[in-house]
Amino acid sequence: MKELTVDATVENIEVVTDFVNEQLEALSCSMKAQMQIDIAIDELFGNIANYAYDPEVGPATVRVEVVDAPLSVVITFIDHGVPYDPLKQEDPDTTRAAEEREIGGLGIYIVKKSMDEISYEYKDGQNILRIRKNI
Amino acid sequence: MTIDKKQNGSELTLTLSGRLDTTTAPQLEEALKESISGIEALEFDFGALEYMSSAGLRVLLAAQKKMNKQGKMVVKNVNDVIMEVFEVTGFVDILTIE
Repeated sequence: MKELTVDATVENIEVVTDFVNEQLEALSCSMKAQMQIDIAIDELFGNIANYAYDPEVGPATVRVEVVDAPLSVVITFIDHGVPYDPLKQEDPDTTRAAEEREIGGLGIYIVKKSMDEISYEYKDGQNILRIRKNI
Repeated sequence: MTIDKKQNGSELTLTLSGRLDTTTAPQLEEALKESISGIEALEFDFGALEYMSSAGLRVLLAAQKKMNKQGKMVVKNVNDVIMEVFEVTGFVDILTIE
């Protein structure tokens, strides 16, 4: 298990992405799975950076674990900002034309569709969001 | 991400490389704001783009809406990962992907 705690800022999305990619490369993770995980980091850590402590800045922890059967990587995002369960967000209507499209909710929807598992809990004053991807 | 801009009269081609995400989407938004006026044919070349998050979709949607009024827009050389993002979000029906 590896863990990184940084300020939850948009600037640190890249720091978190590099940190996770380093672990994924050591696992010979496929390029495709790695890029899908990178997208998930952008969406999830980006949400924390934009909303969890707004307008203040606070810390977020990103934990990377490898589990067996099936071999997968589990990434956990932890912050102690405003309680927010992104899984409660309604799925967007993906059939609407450009003019009627709303962009809200697309990010978490992409993550739901590209990961093998996603879960959320609020515990001890912390938002704990976990994704699992088979590799 | 880097953006290579080529304009020929009312035709504009934007060639993107790297990642189109929360950090870099504002760069594309800015590039479009500078150049989209008077453009009738807008082309995005994604051949060297690794991946895109919803921040990129937001900018593409705004560009598509603008181009629906003033001309046409195409997206070329989309890789697997980005194509899946377009598919699950229904953007395959909004964009013209070649």
